[in-house]
Amino acid sequence: MSARTVEARTTAAAAAARQSPGARAVHRRRALWFWVFVGPFAAGLALFTYVPLLWSVWLSFFDAHNTVTPTHFVGLDNYTAMLSDDAFRDSLLTFALFTAFIVPATYVLSLALALMVNRVRRLRAFFRSVFFLPAACSYVVAALIWKMSIFNGVRFGLANTVLDFFGAEPVAWLSTTDPPWYWLVVVTVRLWLQAGFYMILFLAGLQRIDPVLYEAAAVDGARPGWQVLRHITLPQLRATSVAVVLLLVVNAFQAFDEFYNLLSDARGYPPYARPPLVYLYYTALGQGQNLGLGSAGAVILALIIGVVTVGQARWFGLGRRNADG
Amino acid sequence: MTISRRALLAAAAAAGGGLLTACGSNTGRGDGGGSGPALSHWYHQYGEAGTEQAVKRYAAAYTKARVTVQWRPGNYDQQTAAALLTDSGPDVFEVNGPSLDQIQGGQVVDLTGLLDGVEDDYNPVVLTPKRHDGKIWAIPQVIDMQMLYYRKSLLRDAGVEPPTTLDALVDAAKKLTTRKVKGLFLGNDGGAGVLGGTPLYAAGLRLVTDEGTVGFDDPAAARTLGKLHRLHADKSLLLGAPADWSDPSAFIQGLTAMQWTGLWALPQVQKELGDDFGVLPFPADGSTGRPAVPVGAYGAAVSARSRHVDAAEEYVKWLWVDRTDYQEDFALSYGFHIPARLSLAKKAAKLRTGAAADAVRFTTDHGWAQPLLWTPAAQTAYQDALSRIIKDGADPERELRTVVGKVSDELRRVQRKTT
Repeated sequence: MSARTVEARTTAAAAAARQSPGARAVHRRRALWFWVFVGPFAAGLALFTYVPLLWSVWLSFFDAHNTVTPTHFVGLDNYTAMLSDDAFRDSLLTFALFTAFIVPATYVLSLALALMVNRVRRLRAFFRSVFFLPAACSYVVAALIWKMSIFNGVRFGLANTVLDFFGAEPVAWLSTTDPPWYWLVVVTVRLWLQAGFYMILFLAGLQRIDPVLYEAAAVDGARPGWQVLRHITLPQLRATSVAVVLLLVVNAFQAFDEFYNLLSDARGYPPYARPPLVYLYYTALGQGQNLGLGSAGAVILALIIGVVTVGQARWFGLGRRNADG
Repeated sequence: MTISRRALLAAAAAAGGGLLTACGSNTGRGDGGGSGPALSHWYHQYGEAGTEQAVKRYAAAYTKARVTVQWRPGNYDQQTAAALLTDSGPDVFEVNGPSLDQIQGGQVVDLTGLLDGVEDDYNPVVLTPKRHDGKIWAIPQVIDMQMLYYRKSLLRDAGVEPPTTLDALVDAAKKLTTRKVKGLFLGNDGGAGVLGGTPLYAAGLRLVTDEGTVGFDDPAAARTLGKLHRLHADKSLLLGAPADWSDPSAFIQGLTAMQWTGLWALPQVQKELGDDFGVLPFPADGSTGRPAVPVGAYGAAVSARSRHVDAAEEYVKWLWVDRTDYQEDFALSYGFHIPARLSLAKKAAKLRTGAAADAVRFTTDHGWAQPLLWTPAAQTAYQDALSRIIKDGADPERELRTVVGKVSDELRRVQRKTT
């Protein structure tokens, strides 16, 4: 719709509204329907997202132990306390490490799966479903299976049974810090859960690539395999790749479920593999109930996430077309 | 017939409204009407069969108010903490505290008056942490304690005496460890969580002094905690068991020769192993050390936000002070606890023989309860350090220096509020 037609319609509507009461009623009814449809979502968003968000920012400037209506203003004390807390800084490091590993690992694994599934002639739907199925499993359930049956520390755990077969000593996977075997558990559970989903995204991307390009490349003498992948497939998947990486980073930022369910116990959480959300959960919502300090940490985390996301979007040129970059 | 948009919206609105109402009414307060005010009473989920029915039976027997019992599975401490911030929380709730911040935040009501005349009958080791500023903030219900269980036959086979010093415990655990059986189980985290301050008390120190300062700013602390790392380095500790320390399964299934767990596990261990087990306190360390067992008590507290504080207090007095028959039933008929009242503990026949009698003796002679001034922030700092000492072999002196600093700050914060 061109700007001129919009303008014309608006003027006409305004004129109509001025002129006849019937047209005014139509206009009012439209506004009513607009709010009927949009209102509940807007209200929900405001009530459950924006109000808590602003409330949390407000709390972060107060000494809010066991209260959400504090009166003791402390300025930036919570922020300085949080930033000078080595446990919190450690948690940011944990989280950076986790992201730096899980994002490329999932990217490569799901792309590899997609390329393989895309090549099979028969049973393609079967393989697609098999690899996608874990995405339907809950993080909590998967974490508990990993913790209790696959990677438990005693001799009859699945991983230890395999080790025993080769004559090796059982390993306490989640309790060993040297070498940090717990990372193996944390990373594999997430890879298993999410690789299938991103594989589907890549498959969709692969199927949109024009076969003519491959034919042209073959005519030009490109060798199938690495050269074609490097010069045809990857550039053509650019838009999909940007979306996948963005989603992966956002997901990594939300790291909580599998960490909490794998490593927490009735007495708390070990000082390793503790991402910021888990740490803040214990500070603000556990026995600590220091809601001011927890909110300050949440604000710091939100700022970091904001900066990283904006930086990433700029870097990738989000929204640019496929071949432009 | 087609459904008009308006009809659909009306239906949706009705459904949505219904849902909202359903959420709002689930407060456990009951529906009004009938005799007396409606009170809601929260308990955390006890594992032993029959406990829930028992507390509901007690509540139903009360005539001056209509009491609704809410049995809450899951993260009970988090649930109560969040509920106490709102008006829809409990009137009466059991709490493994209350915490100092809850008391200072005015979330719980002073219950000192309820214990008039019977205060001396409550075991002082669990009543003390319920006291702050000379007032009592919760009525202790039952005493729980933890101790070391050992398998007599396995120790005999390995030629090991039940350890009475920490060094002997470290050696015993090493000797008892074979390819199939580990020497000692202190929880899947290697002991940092469940042991907490116990090794410090065994070294003759404490978490917080009577003057409210750090109680382990002493070289003995580093020495004792360093020995716990040897357990880990020797690979004597069972780690990654399917059930954690609070469950005796690992001990019963023969995954470990010794396990640290609670008194609550005693009936199950007795049933499975018969006479083939004994119990010990955490052994003493150093010349000034003494054995130690941690004790704790859930207490009944009244929320300051309750609309019927007086009625709630009256009900708590009725159940947890006057009705000694119910208290005895609650402590001894389901699971295994020591009654918080000395007169009831003395009467209980079940507590007079065998390992149960030992447990009572340990509680009286060696029991320590977490001081009220030991806040969650202090606990986190200490537990993180202990975990690094045990598992990573971090330098205990350096770790403890950091902890002492953090705990001092935290103690100053909470004491500033009091004065």
